[in-house]
Amino acid sequence: MNTLIIKPKKTFSFVGDLKEIWEYRGLLYFLTWRDLKVRYKQTAVGVAWVIFQPVVTMVVFNVFFGKFLKTPSDGIPYPIFVYTGLLFWQFFSQSLSDVSGSLVNNKNIITKIYFPRLIIPISNVVTAFVDFLVASLVLAGLIIYYHYTPHLIGLVILPILVIITFLAILGLGLLFASVNVKYRDVKYVIPFFIQILMFVTPVIYPASLLGKYSKILALNPMTGVISTARATLLGTAPINWALVLASLIAALVFFAIGYVYFKKTEKYFADIV
Amino acid sequence: MVRGQSTMEPIIEIKNISKKYKIGSRQERYMTLRDGLVKFFLHPVAAIKALKKNEFWALSGISFAIAKGEAVGIIGANGAGKSTLLKILSRITPPTEGEIKISGRVSSLLEVGTGFNPELTGRENIMLNGAILGMRKKEIEAKMESIIEFSGVDKFIDTPIKHYSSGMSVRLAFSIAAHLDPDILIVDEVLAVGDAEFQKKCLGKMDEVVKKSGRTIIFVSHNMDAVESLCDRVVLLKGGRVIGDGKADEMIEKYLGENRNFFEKKWDENSAPGNEKVKLLKADLLSRENQPLSYISTATPFRIKLEFMNYADSIDLGFHVRFFSEDNIIAFNSVSPQKKYNRGLITAICDIPADLLNTKKYQVAVAARADYAPLYQIPEVLVFDVAEGGAEGLAIKFPGAVRPKLNWEIS
Repeated sequence: MNTLIIKPKKTFSFVGDLKEIWEYRGLLYFLTWRDLKVRYKQTAVGVAWVIFQPVVTMVVFNVFFGKFLKTPSDGIPYPIFVYTGLLFWQFFSQSLSDVSGSLVNNKNIITKIYFPRLIIPISNVVTAFVDFLVASLVLAGLIIYYHYTPHLIGLVILPILVIITFLAILGLGLLFASVNVKYRDVKYVIPFFIQILMFVTPVIYPASLLGKYSKILALNPMTGVISTARATLLGTAPINWALVLASLIAALVFFAIGYVYFKKTEKYFADIV
Repeated sequence: MVRGQSTMEPIIEIKNISKKYKIGSRQERYMTLRDGLVKFFLHPVAAIKALKKNEFWALSGISFAIAKGEAVGIIGANGAGKSTLLKILSRITPPTEGEIKISGRVSSLLEVGTGFNPELTGRENIMLNGAILGMRKKEIEAKMESIIEFSGVDKFIDTPIKHYSSGMSVRLAFSIAAHLDPDILIVDEVLAVGDAEFQKKCLGKMDEVVKKSGRTIIFVSHNMDAVESLCDRVVLLKGGRVIGDGKADEMIEKYLGENRNFFEKKWDENSAPGNEKVKLLKADLLSRENQPLSYISTATPFRIKLEFMNYADSIDLGFHVRFFSEDNIIAFNSVSPQKKYNRGLITAICDIPADLLNTKKYQVAVAARADYAPLYQIPEVLVFDVAEGGAEGLAIKFPGAVRPKLNWEIS
């Protein structure tokens, strides 16, 4: 029989956390399942909403930024250019906003039951990832429609891009979520922050637009993710491995900061949430 | 104090557990980052000092051990630290000092229906709540039919629970909880909800779990009958310390001895206190709707109804209620207007507003005066505890014999 020791927590271990999350994977599954089920039950249109949102955004952006403003798009038709960006961006922004509020929104569970607290933010990202997969079908349709041939190496790169996005979301999200437990006014700042972040991410414009300043943009992990996704999926440009690496490192740094802050404050969540 | 019932290795060993709360983080429950920053930059020294000063020990030096198969009740007045201890045992919050060793799978029920989602059906909520309580998917599936049957809501099991009555939700929640199969079950005051009949059914089920399958159970309740029927051993807490540990009936007696409440008292004319002019026959603590109360919180407005028998004609009488807090400090006194009465029964009602009393034990003395001279004072006519009625789980005590809610104007 395994013995459990409860004592004042002073240290934490990443490997230990991974093990524990694996142990609680059933709960992770059910929390994700709940979020998906509830969302698809509540909105009359259900799954369609997940597609509708990026598609409508794409159409509007295409009209204003593509047609009227004539935003350059590296020679790629603007609809597919902006949709590729939006697909990843909405995965990022949606789950970042969900994760940031996740601890407060689940306070009824946190104050009553023990489980690795990381499960809640992770479940939020996984939920948003399911939406991302559904919305990807539209991109597949666009690729066929515009006769693009994705790079075969995409099979390797796309999972890496998804991992970078995961890390970036969790990094910022864990930080915001823990701060939000203590300071409830933070939630008003987050949507504003995400909105600003969109304009410093090449979603509606190509990174090349910034010329020599595009290097600064690379500090934002989503820059590398979106630029590389375009290069890979549309096969229009060679893959910039340095950019992928820069994004990965930036995302890892974000993740480390968010994770450490989360773990440092985690033990008090139940007392103050 | 270790009191293992057998020579067996204890399944739970609690060693010197203490828990400190920072009052600041409790009192101003939700800080804002803006205020925090402003405070810190304008008055950095004061801010740091305040952090250190406002500490509160909810538990100090708790030690005891529980053997396998024991059913242990934990009792104590409000603020004794019962819930904090359960939260530490359930790993929801860590102790500040000390160590607990647990050998076995723990399920804790600090609430029933944790995580219930109104949009999901009964069946879906069983899956979700089961997973939250630590059941494996296969285990839930295997017990599904039994859970549904026990709950008695089988007709609506595929309906979203937002359409359930609150009674139905509670039954479903209990039913899931009753099917937990851990080595150690930790149960907080969850039996306070739900209808009496179903509560009995659940108690029966829990009793069965303990007695038949040799599970260990830790049970916190204010319901002494439930504690006595379920537990052989009781740990008595007071002010965050263990002040008693032993046989259930002895500890319950000890607790009630210290914490006896009288919400009503009644005398016949011969034994009634008072004097030959006027006697007190009856005192009741009632709700504003004149229903008897058995629980008062700081948020409960209530009334004290006194019935006197007057034996004198044409006498000027007035009545007092005097609230004494702990240590016999008089908290306040209220006087009725003096009036002329003739022989007969007199009923006097005094209304006590909400947000006046503190979270303390009060005793009410009744006094009478005739023709502007005091007649007598009858002590301890009513005795009762006032529970926290404000923010849920507020762990702090306010000083003072009373805690009136007063109007503030801030400019």
